[in-house]
Amino acid sequence: MAKPRLVLIGNGMAGVRTLEELLKIKPDHYDITVFGAEPHPNYNRILLSPVLAGEMHVSDIILNEYDWYRDNGITLHVGKQVERIDRVARKVIADDGSEAPYDRLLIATGSTPFMLPVPGNDLPGVIGYRDIKDTDEMIEAARLHRHAVVIGGGLLGLEAANGLKLRGMDVTVVHLGPWLLERQLDEIAGRMLQKSLEDKGLKFLLQKQTEMLVQGESGRVAAVRFKDGMQIPADLVVMAAGIRPNYALAEKSGIYCNRGIVVNDTMQTYDPKIYAVGECVSHRGIAYGLVAPLFEQAKVAANHLAGYGIGRYTGSVTSTKLKVTGIDLFSAGDFMGGAEGSEEIVLNDPYGGVYKKLVIKDNKLVGGVMYGDTADGPWYFQLLKDGRDIHDIRDSLIFGQALVGDVGHAGNSKAAEMADSAEVCGCNGVTKGTIVKAIKEQGLFTLDEVKKHTKAASSCGSCAGLVEQILASTIGGAYSPAKGDSKPLCACTEHSHKAVREAIVARHLTTKEAVFAKLDWSTPNGCDKCRPAINYYLISSFPNESRDDPQSRLINERSHANIQKDGTYSVVPRMWGGLTTPAELRAIADAAEKYQVPTVKVTGGQRIDLLGVKKEDLPGIWADLNAAGMVSGHAYGKSIRTVKTCVGAEHCRFGTQLAMDMGVKLEKMLFDMYAPHKVKLAVSGCPRNCAEAGIKDVGVIGVDSGYELYVGGNGGIKTEVAQFLCKVKSDEEVMEYAGAFLQLYREEGWYLERTCHWLGRVGLDYVKGRILEDEEGRRALHGRLLDSLKNARDPWQTSREGEALKQFVPIAVDA
Amino acid sequence: MSQWKKICELGDIPPLGSRIVRPQGGEQRGGDIAIFRTADDQVFALHDKCPHKGGPLSQGLVHGRRVTCPLHGWNIGLDDGRAVAPDVGHCTSFAVKVEDGAVYLAV
Ligand code: SRM
Ligand SMILES: Cc1cc2nc3c(=O)[nH]c(=O)nc-3n(C[C@H](O)[C@H](O)[C@H](O)COP(=O)(O)OP(=O)(O)OC[C@H]3O[C@@H](n4cnc5c(N)ncnc54)[C@H](O)[C@@H]3O)c2cc1C
Ligand code: SF4
Ligand code: FES
Repeated sequence: MAKPRLVLIGNGMAGVRTLEELLKIKPDHYDITVFGAEPHPNYNRILLSPVLAGEMHVSDIILNEYDWYRDNGITLHVGKQVERIDRVARKVIADDGSEAPYDRLLIATGSTPFMLPVPGNDLPGVIGYRDIKDTDEMIEAARLHRHAVVIGGGLLGLEAANGLKLRGMDVTVVHLGPWLLERQLDEIAGRMLQKSLEDKGLKFLLQKQTEMLVQGESGRVAAVRFKDGMQIPADLVVMAAGIRPNYALAEKSGIYCNRGIVVNDTMQTYDPKIYAVGECVSHRGIAYGLVAPLFEQAKVAANHLAGYGIGRYTGSVTSTKLKVTGIDLFSAGDFMGGAEGSEEIVLNDPYGGVYKKLVIKDNKLVGGVMYGDTADGPWYFQLLKDGRDIHDIRDSLIFGQALVGDVGHAGNSKAAEMADSAEVCGCNGVTKGTIVKAIKEQGLFTLDEVKKHTKAASSCGSCAGLVEQILASTIGGAYSPAKGDSKPLCACTEHSHKAVREAIVARHLTTKEAVFAKLDWSTPNGCDKCRPAINYYLISSFPNESRDDPQSRLINERSHANIQKDGTYSVVPRMWGGLTTPAELRAIADAAEKYQVPTVKVTGGQRIDLLGVKKEDLPGIWADLNAAGMVSGHAYGKSIRTVKTCVGAEHCRFGTQLAMDMGVKLEKMLFDMYAPHKVKLAVSGCPRNCAEAGIKDVGVIGVDSGYELYVGGNGGIKTEVAQFLCKVKSDEEVMEYAGAFLQLYREEGWYLERTCHWLGRVGLDYVKGRILEDEEGRRALHGRLLDSLKNARDPWQTSREGEALKQFVPIAVDA
Repeated sequence: MSQWKKICELGDIPPLGSRIVRPQGGEQRGGDIAIFRTADDQVFALHDKCPHKGGPLSQGLVHGRRVTCPLHGWNIGLDDGRAVAPDVGHCTSFAVKVEDGAVYLAV
């Protein structure tokens, strides 16, 4: 059967991105033909600014080489403009007469520069700034002429002016508005920007209205005259006064347009066979002029073209950054403020050249402008997109992420100021220079793409924030972090952790196969990211119904030991509450000798690690330890790890509560508990806190009148101090409150989210509501925890039985 | 010349899982071989050494026609032993066949 045919009009950023997304989720579905009016393959239009500024070459900014089209079986017509869409015969006709029939059509014709309707706007030397041709013309003009006038003090105008100045021209920016970038900046930031651009040698004429462009003797433009009679010389006039969606072709073909091609939330036009994306589109009355929202549109359009029919585009909040080297500026959302009920926090340091304004409404960040120090721009933008309640961090919000100590991994140094040789990712030894180079040369737009290509942030992840900042400062407004709760779980799906978790519960899915089928997974059996997550969601949602799938667990959990760099394993027997006996120590010593364990070490979790055990020896060493009454310490799992204790009132002269006893009881209650990530507890006998309860997922501190409970601490990649939850009187209450807290986390946390990250997402108030204010709910949560652990068995024991044993036994062949 | 050797029953390898085959004479013969079984009961064999830093691929997670190395997460194609882009590298693959529910390896 012949494949359906897909034709794309417009070989630009949004259209080709849609094809890429489509090929990713459904390769080989269509016969694809592309028409592009420009004589080039798809390139990164954004980077025309650095090309003009002499920082890059045209060859550096190609996104899809001709090979890409060929390798994907795409028929490409470059330098051909489509003149007509015949919707009845379903074909498109180009200016050279070539035709292409379609079953689905995608229109992505972008936009065109707005040319001021003044006399002389068609003279030689008067151009817009849109494509490679315009850029070449500007570079050529800079070689031959002296005076340039840029009309329009917006992002595009300033980038053009900066580039021309760097190429040696005398540049004046003419702007109608009261200050520069009035659509992106408030007045104070606008004036600061003007000052630094003047320091670079640019001239500005504000609130000037152009009357006409005057022709010189050569026939070329020679001057610009204003309404007030003033006239300045100009051998080159760049119109950067705005863009107009390019929808003439669509309109002429009878597709409904209203200041753009009108599309619904699936990017479909009024003709159901025709989709449209990019700057030519009007979605809910908005035409976007930045890449990030267009890429979101591309993703949705691809999904519908693939026939999956799930994504919806509901509009975007955009942020902008000026790509002028040495100038740091960022704005996002509603930054003007002044609306009813909104408040502003302003930091203004004219001497230090720093200005920040944040606009807050209903305890949420709704907009911000930053000038001079934009390191926290991406972080603010993420808070804004996620609609996170910020009242708890409001006091220090304006000072940025480093001071707030927010959830997630901060990148504390200022990306833009870092030297190229500075190491960004300590795990994989990746420098800033390497990352910037990959972003530019490979045309990367998302954190995931950077991770894949450079390995930065792909191990411990602590530098992810910094990598995002580098991404933002390299590609400007094209950067857009996904909304936290809508990030796809992995490349196999469009669905987020939130969506998958909710679907499993709501639709009562109990096997991974059901999840893959019902949620339209694009791979037959997932990958190493989604399978473990889904397995966890299944067994935590339906503990008595779903069966654990060993093949969906990563090796440590499958073999109940930690794999080492040389392929051997480590064995950590549980020592309840950090307590042991001479008999246990003797058994450990015997086992270590019998199996020739090379290293015996005391861990940071108050127990003993036997490192360097061969896989085939695991069942044997476990059997010996089991025989001495010891069980798995789960030092390997997204599971209960340790409950550290101090000596407590049992021995200590300051102890107020029996810390060891409490710790052992908690650890026994939680034995074999799996969770979204690992879980660690500690119990200290008094506020001197020798068990370090302040950095544990649940920390318990004995006081004279009972116990204080702390939650959400983390001593790992980024230290988080646990937050005070409540005070309780008895041991039973400690078990109930801690158990209920952990069960809530188990039921609602996303896979690989530690308690501190989960808490940062849902807020302590929510948790208090569920645990402290809802007594019945708390008991029920605790009850569900106990229910799901009622059949807990030692995995070392069960792994030595039946089928499970096979993985440890190599098959011998004589060869 | 290599010859087919029966190594185990198909049922001895879990679907989406793997087993280690250890040729007698061990290291001199190149070390362990990992055999994998996909969801649709295809069987593949690779040298049990990741092209990145030698991680034991038999301990990885199998999905589609790939295995993800347990050490640093490279993806290796089961049929050709090649690392999936953007990573570069490749490990030796061996011929295997399944007949009447038994798995044979060319050694
Ligand atoms: C053995 C031990 C180090 C030691 O010799 O003391 C250890 C060893 C590993 N830790 Fe740890 N951690 C050990 C205590 C800790 C502690 C201290 C503690 O538990 O009191 C921390 C900080 C506390 C915390 O988690 O909040 C700690 C924070 C981490 C992290 C960062 C977690 C985070 O949320 O930021 C990782 C990475 C991860 O889990 O993704 C990690 C990961 C690892 C892994 C599993 C890395 C890996 O994936 O292979 C290491 C395995 C080594 C091996 O080859 O066996 N380890 N690790 C400790 C075992 C404790 C135990 O008895 O179970
Ligand atoms: C100098 C410059 C700097 C920029 N900087 C940034 C930035 O920092 N951040 C940011 O987010 N955005 C920036 N932008 C905007 C960004 O480039 C655009 O938003 C984006 O390119 C729009 O994508 P598109 O696919 O809708 O249109 P385009 O990329 O313009 O693609 C449309 C293509 O369709 C072709 N075409 C039109 N009509 C036809 C026809 N009838 N037949 C065949 N082909 C046709 C056009 O020739 C064009 O190649 C910048 C733009 C410029 C010009
Ligand atoms: S044990 Fe922990 S801190 Fe030490 S190298 Fe391994 S992961 Fe890093
Ligand atoms: S050894 Fe396999 S990914 Fe590093």
